[in-house]
Amino acid sequence: MLPEQAARIDAHITAHKALPGGLLPLLHAIQDDVGYVPEESYGSISKALNLSVAEIHGVVTFYHHFRTHPPGRHVIQICRAESCQSMGSTELEAHAKATLGIDYHQTTSDGSITLEPVYCLGNCACSPAITVDEEVYGRVSPNRLDAIIAEAKGVA
Amino acid sequence: MTRIYVPRDSSALSLGAEKVAKAIAEHAARNNVAVEIIRNGSRGMFWLEPLVEVETPAGRIAYGPVEVSDVPGLFAAGFLEGGAHALRLGLTDELPWLKQQERLTFARVGITDPVSLTDYLAHDGYRGLQNALALQPAEIVQEVTDSGLRGRGGAAFPTGIKWKTVHDCKADQKYIVCNADEGDSGTYSDRMIMEGDPFVLIEGMTIAALAVGATQGYIYLRSEYPHALAVLNEAIQHAREKHYLGPNILGSGHAFELEVRRAAGAYVCGEETSLLESLEGKRGLVRFKPPLPAIEGLFGKPTVVNNVISFASVPIILDKGGAFYRDYGMGRSRGTLPIQLAGNIKHGGLVEKAFGVTLRQLLYDFGGGSATGRPIRAVQVGGPLGAYLPESQFDTPLDYEEFSKLWAVLGHGGIVAFDDTVDMAKMARYAFEFCAIESCGKCTPCRIGSTRGVEVMDKIMQGRDHAQNIALVRDLSDTMLNGSLCALGGMTPYPVLSAINHFPEDFGLNKKAQAA
Repeated sequence: MLPEQAARIDAHITAHKALPGGLLPLLHAIQDDVGYVPEESYGSISKALNLSVAEIHGVVTFYHHFRTHPPGRHVIQICRAESCQSMGSTELEAHAKATLGIDYHQTTSDGSITLEPVYCLGNCACSPAITVDEEVYGRVSPNRLDAIIAEAKGVA
Repeated sequence: MTRIYVPRDSSALSLGAEKVAKAIAEHAARNNVAVEIIRNGSRGMFWLEPLVEVETPAGRIAYGPVEVSDVPGLFAAGFLEGGAHALRLGLTDELPWLKQQERLTFARVGITDPVSLTDYLAHDGYRGLQNALALQPAEIVQEVTDSGLRGRGGAAFPTGIKWKTVHDCKADQKYIVCNADEGDSGTYSDRMIMEGDPFVLIEGMTIAALAVGATQGYIYLRSEYPHALAVLNEAIQHAREKHYLGPNILGSGHAFELEVRRAAGAYVCGEETSLLESLEGKRGLVRFKPPLPAIEGLFGKPTVVNNVISFASVPIILDKGGAFYRDYGMGRSRGTLPIQLAGNIKHGGLVEKAFGVTLRQLLYDFGGGSATGRPIRAVQVGGPLGAYLPESQFDTPLDYEEFSKLWAVLGHGGIVAFDDTVDMAKMARYAFEFCAIESCGKCTPCRIGSTRGVEVMDKIMQGRDHAQNIALVRDLSDTMLNGSLCALGGMTPYPVLSAINHFPEDFGLNKKAQAA
């Protein structure tokens, strides 16, 4: 965690500490800002919200959305749910892993792409679906995925 | 100035609607043509998205699916006057897919500008709230009870009874919570409402607040829906500016504040008690019931927890009366259900119909069969915890009780179609795997049972100790079904056992069904 990140995190803590049930909104604010929830921030969150570090660790790790390590420059999520399976997402997953040379929850060695599974994007009439940095793409064939990956790497 | 509609719905965006809207704007600017581009919700015909509509004196004319490369050709064909083009579909309102529906909850979706309060009011918006303000709280509850509305999230509990419980509680603070954690695969109707007509949800929640005496509401929205978040927040701001939300709603003296809270990717948080824990800032562990959330809910206070579609169905009930809504449907399933056709289907999309329509009508008359052109072999209805149904059950009408008789559920109204290349043993294994990934871990049948289920399915698929392992899966399912704390562990056996019972040949068993 960089010093300027610590300062920004402290500002988020100040903004959220009085909010009822404010831990999730705070964690979202931190991850939206610095890309992940640094474990080094647990101490100051703990003091401000009067929670134990264990409780904060418990919440962060319970939810799939929160990361404790910085992701690659782009995050690609592939939907693994039933609707996408009915339209070939299993092959798409295999293609993505082979092309990128990584498994789920890993980042390519050049730091450009992190691959994650996701369970339903609500785009089930246009399966299979993926997201790139939260933007949804529908009816993604392996060829289209290659083009999307190339585009993401190009603007990295 | 010609008005053009290009959807801002996530699915339309996933197929390039943003680039199409930009291309139209740029082409018009270059050629000095005055156009107004409205970013509407989707009409729900996703095989035609991006669907571009042009307002003409005769009505709105649809063109689709439009790609960026089609834009110059559309202008050349005079599409601003509804000119002929290969992509021209005709008057949107006359398209059979839409004409054969009964759109009550979805009356405005795709038609209005989602974030325009003026548009909402011009299309009968807030008439339900106006009526509710003239009623006593108990009378509002009675109207909802009379409508026969049942929870559209999946559990189908009568909404009016839930509201009455909260209404009857004495408390210094009550809450309205909207469950917008639409995690079921094959469902997207909540998303379409929130992106396409957010005011109807806000109005429904406000009516609920008046009915039970709540002053604070939360929309618990899944983190996978960033576009819905933006639309909801903009709509809430407009509603507050015009006093449809805030300390004094339309001068009535009633207060109601509304806030959107983002979920964080845990499927189990769609379970209402887990959702409440999450809203309180904790791990989404399922709570024991009782106490019911209606009595001790959010922060220990009486709380109405309803699904997006349940709340969004309330304004029309208060506008036109409980009897109007109740007159749609069959048996004890009253009103309409927004059905979502998904998966391997040619014409996927949103079909709002009165209860009673059959699966076959939906899959073939609306859906046009599979996308791949192969026979539809199985459908999963009601999300990842819903049963798989074989072709022999496609004549079942959509009705809560008719589905119960088949040991199936309607759930949130999602229908995922699979063609004949599907391996049902893999789907059964996936059901256990999903449960293992998403289990909150509080109860043993779900936490341990799901992992044991994956292991036993692996053995079955390898053909090891076959009969013994099939018996073991059935026994394990029985434990999960009867011993789990919530529907996640308790209903995972639905897809598993229905797959074994209806498609035994995929599990290396004799094809009993055909012999019989």
